[in-house]
Amino acid sequence: MTDFSRLGVAAIRDGVANGEFKAVEVAEALNTRVAGAKALNAFIVETPEMAVAAAQAVDADRAAGKPLGKMAGVPIGMKDLFCTEGVQTTAASHMLEGFVPTYESTVSANLWKAGAGMLGKLNLDQFAMGSSNETSYFGNVISPWRRNDGGNAALAPGGSSGGSSSAIAARLCPAATGTDTGGSIRQPAAFVGISGIKPTYGRCSRWGVVAFASSLDQAGPMARDVRDCAIMLEAMAGFDPKDSTSLDLPVPAWEAALNSDLKGKRIGIPREYRLDGIDEDIAKMWDNGIAWLKDAGAEIVDISLPHTKYALPAYYIIAPAEASSNLARYDGVRFGLRDLPEGAGLQDMYAATRAAGFGEEVRRRIMIGTYVLSAGFYDAYYTQAQKVRALIARDFENAWASCDLILAPTAPSAAFGLGEKNADPLSMYLNDVFAVPASLAGLPAMSVPGGLDKQGLPLGLQIIGKALDEQAVLNAGLAIEQRSGFTAEAGEWW
Amino acid sequence: MSVDKDTVNKIARLSRIAISDAEADKMVGELNGILAWVEQLGEVDVTGVEPMTAVISNKLRLRDDVVTDGDVRDKVLANAPAKEGSFFGVPKVIE
Repeated sequence: MTDFSRLGVAAIRDGVANGEFKAVEVAEALNTRVAGAKALNAFIVETPEMAVAAAQAVDADRAAGKPLGKMAGVPIGMKDLFCTEGVQTTAASHMLEGFVPTYESTVSANLWKAGAGMLGKLNLDQFAMGSSNETSYFGNVISPWRRNDGGNAALAPGGSSGGSSSAIAARLCPAATGTDTGGSIRQPAAFVGISGIKPTYGRCSRWGVVAFASSLDQAGPMARDVRDCAIMLEAMAGFDPKDSTSLDLPVPAWEAALNSDLKGKRIGIPREYRLDGIDEDIAKMWDNGIAWLKDAGAEIVDISLPHTKYALPAYYIIAPAEASSNLARYDGVRFGLRDLPEGAGLQDMYAATRAAGFGEEVRRRIMIGTYVLSAGFYDAYYTQAQKVRALIARDFENAWASCDLILAPTAPSAAFGLGEKNADPLSMYLNDVFAVPASLAGLPAMSVPGGLDKQGLPLGLQIIGKALDEQAVLNAGLAIEQRSGFTAEAGEWW
Repeated sequence: MSVDKDTVNKIARLSRIAISDAEADKMVGELNGILAWVEQLGEVDVTGVEPMTAVISNKLRLRDDVVTDGDVRDKVLANAPAKEGSFFGVPKVIE
């Protein structure tokens, strides 16, 4: 009998289309995997009946000879930042506990239209603010990976899409949605040895996605290989009049055009990413990546992105500023939590509700954002950060004169242990150092597995491309995937 | 620039987030740590640089001037923590 947990998006789609198995068999098998993996805490809500219902519809369509969608019969996990009609959507916060949307996000609607089914809503960092999934109101997500030291220290699955990364690596689902504001798809993918792509800003609609920092937020797929990411991105992307920054462009046939022959492509290696004291396993993996791309026919060129070191501080002004504005909507009046102390007026109700509903990291970022936007400080912080952001985008523009793609590590280290970095917010922020520049510039960027470190933990290679050139990013990802021989997976201890 | 406890309390008030005295004390150190770190942006020469407004050049679309509120009052009210009839309920605001 087929072990459906081992099949990816393409294999499930093709097997269902060819009649090798029924979509319902896949949904039931994965529902069982999800139900048996509570120790990972990857899901906030499980929706086995929805996975089965979607699969039954696909099986019926096939029996009736109707055309099947791009994701027909593929059960997926949905990050709990996407509003799903009739299913609780929390952004992993107490503020939205019990919030049941009366509408469906455009991205999730696109996926259901393509024939995918929902296994459940995946845990994440609260309001997508975090790099370790330790800020969720619903508890930490645990990575399926363990160090090879014989200990069983619980490791971070990365963040903010930590439920997505953990569930895919544990083979609870073949793919899941993620969102990436400053690395939230790429860093968790790197931490658990899977692939994930953040497309160009504007490719995937933000409508119905709980907002964090609107000029940066971008949805994308996470899966166990590059082809599966290409398939799912095609299903997710597309123009949406309901999002004012949605790009009015056709969705390319990324899967059909996958090609790992990189002849004629120039790959830039940014010297500023080679930080002093770079982890030697990371440096070695990066060198391997360079060799693999060379082997695929690419030319390697040295490039400079001179404002790289300013990307993180600019991000930690811009993202909190936008968050403080976006999260002003949580007022205890229209939806979400209300905390009304005895005898309190409207202002006291706002303050009590927001103190009770937001976790510590969310409160911290709202307050930083409020401060940098406040009278007298706006120009010194916010305007300066937006000017630096323009320079970071210009760095990339200049780089494209001499290269077509950029190769760098995804994160400066392998997964760290839960609790190791959360005492100091700054040390957690620094984990996003390689991921944030592409976010600030709105560029497509992908993480693919690059190998294991000395502790036996996965490391990720990041490919950054020109705006709208997801194809080149995916192709380089495929070239790495074909050469890295990465087959390691987490032992099933849960 | 650095913040003191009064400033933290003022930011909390502007943010509409109630904080205790102990939380304010803790926040002084945390905010100052983060602000000291972002100060380095001041080193960057931004002469003649326009602040970024859009990462990908995109035309702002105008929609047709028609009513598109969806006529979904009950859906809009469905998640209200305290609704009264067809209205959002709030504590008394006028004495």
